[in-house]
Amino acid sequence: MSATATTIDHAAPPESGPRALIRRLRHGDELAHLLTLVFAAGILLITSLLVYELWINSQLSRAKFGWMFFWTRVWDPIFDNFGAAPFIYGTLVTSVVSLVIAVPLGLAGAIFLAELAPRKLSDSVAFLIDLLAAVPSVIYGLLGIFIVVPLMRTTIGPALINTLGHVPYIGNFFKGPNYGVGFFTAGIVLAIMVVPFIISVSREVLLTVPRDQREAALALGATRWESTWQVVVPWARTGIMGSIFLALARALGETMAVTMVIGNDPKIAASLFAPGYTIAAVIANEFTEATGDLYLSALIELGLVLFLMTFILNGLARILIVATQRGGGHPA
Amino acid sequence: MSRLRLAWRKSLNAVMLSLTGVAAFAVVSILFLILGYLLYNGGKSLNWDFFTKLPKPVGETGGGMANAITGSLKLLLLAAVMGLPVGLMAGIYLAEFGSKTFSFVIRYTTDLLNGVPSIVIGIFAYSLVVLPVKHFSTFAGGVALAIMVIPITVRSTEEFLRSVPGSLREGAMALGASKWRTIATVVLPAASGGILTGMLLALARVAGETAPLLFTAFSNRFWSSSWSQPTASLPVMIYTYAIAPYDDWHRQAWAAGLVLLMLVLLANLGCRLALSRQGAARSV
Repeated sequence: MSATATTIDHAAPPESGPRALIRRLRHGDELAHLLTLVFAAGILLITSLLVYELWINSQLSRAKFGWMFFWTRVWDPIFDNFGAAPFIYGTLVTSVVSLVIAVPLGLAGAIFLAELAPRKLSDSVAFLIDLLAAVPSVIYGLLGIFIVVPLMRTTIGPALINTLGHVPYIGNFFKGPNYGVGFFTAGIVLAIMVVPFIISVSREVLLTVPRDQREAALALGATRWESTWQVVVPWARTGIMGSIFLALARALGETMAVTMVIGNDPKIAASLFAPGYTIAAVIANEFTEATGDLYLSALIELGLVLFLMTFILNGLARILIVATQRGGGHPA
Repeated sequence: MSRLRLAWRKSLNAVMLSLTGVAAFAVVSILFLILGYLLYNGGKSLNWDFFTKLPKPVGETGGGMANAITGSLKLLLLAAVMGLPVGLMAGIYLAEFGSKTFSFVIRYTTDLLNGVPSIVIGIFAYSLVVLPVKHFSTFAGGVALAIMVIPITVRSTEEFLRSVPGSLREGAMALGASKWRTIATVVLPAASGGILTGMLLALARVAGETAPLLFTAFSNRFWSSSWSQPTASLPVMIYTYAIAPYDDWHRQAWAAGLVLLMLVLLANLGCRLALSRQGAARSV
């Protein structure tokens, strides 16, 4: 049997020097190891190259505007004066609006699936929610333009202006002309897009909470809701926070759906009904039209800012989710 | 007093629990709402011309998106050819060879790359491929999509390789097979179903990507004659047609949306069903 011959090769004492290395490579194992290692290292290379390209190509803009880039509210391609403030504002506001809508909805949905629904129903609903997460973002944009924007103009917008618009303090966010496009519309579309992520990750996390925690709470006379809200959810809270960060990272970087419904106007307005702009949307709209080198460089610096924002959030999300799955956010 | 409190707790329980149910079903119903809307609006506008004709000049009605459909297929082919092998090999490294520290670094980088917003991937592919040659190309779009395919493939490949029982590896080794032979002839075939499904899922995900194509593959109202020409693609066509002011273009955007959604959802449905069946078989 030829296989025995191979084992004998193995048993030979290790040699040193380049010739021995070549012999070992020819043997196969080392070669396969090296080959796969090269590809794995390729991922490292691609990612570093990505950061490097963003850094190098935004050189011009970084040198000219420095830190003022973040505070300048002007975006004027004609006079080559660029500031990121309206875009950073728009990105943050739309993401916050989307989370305000998506977190209660997602958390409630996850609680239902993890705590109440029978396993079979829970699994099939989770399956459908995974499908929802697979819908391309341009489809959300399409539905946003033709359904959410008209609905916002005729129904949701006026309803909110008439109710929340009269509440002191918060009222300021719900005033002013309502065009249908704007921060709030983008927030609604984003909420629909990130809710599947919150539900599926939170459900997984809730399912890892030990059964005896629930049983102990119920045995003490808690209602089902009290056991869920006061025992199970606090136990899983780090993981749930992780799912929210994940959703936030996605909302920040989402491009197409937002570009199609936000109105694309680089202004900072208090009203959520005003049209705005986000980092991703301005890159999508103006990149191919950027004529000057400085213009292009400013857009790439915006890309760098977006990259850093999502980088930090994704890192935090991962740490939180791993921490919960390693044994609960809460010492028992 | 205590009776009142009990009644309050019980009704709070009932109200909150039913609200969670309402939330879950509201989210699921969104999926059916999306499907229904696209089937209705897209179905109305879908016809044979859509699959066989080029877009008509602005102002004329009719025409189709044949070039965008082939364009999308070409982009996916490029993404598959460039992205899948890298993802597969790196996945094998992580599951079979990796040392502890380096694997951690690779895994972390993979997740990082996976989380990069697609528009930033577009900028990267632009500066890598478009800037040096100074024109948009199908190839540049393929590079952008390939970069997005890699991290998804790596993680799914690693996961499926890890789920192959250790006894299979030991069995092969005990027969005297070397490590790479064990991997190539025993472990990979055992995990191949899952790995292929994972790859298909990765392709389905990038098939709907628009943002990274805007300034790499760009768009084209005609047939793209070579890999170095810009090309139309379904997602970019949906975007340009939806924001344009013409009713006929909106009609075609719905049709294209329906075709894209159906492709993506069917691929997902098939893959996920196949995976859950495999999972069931394995746990038995």
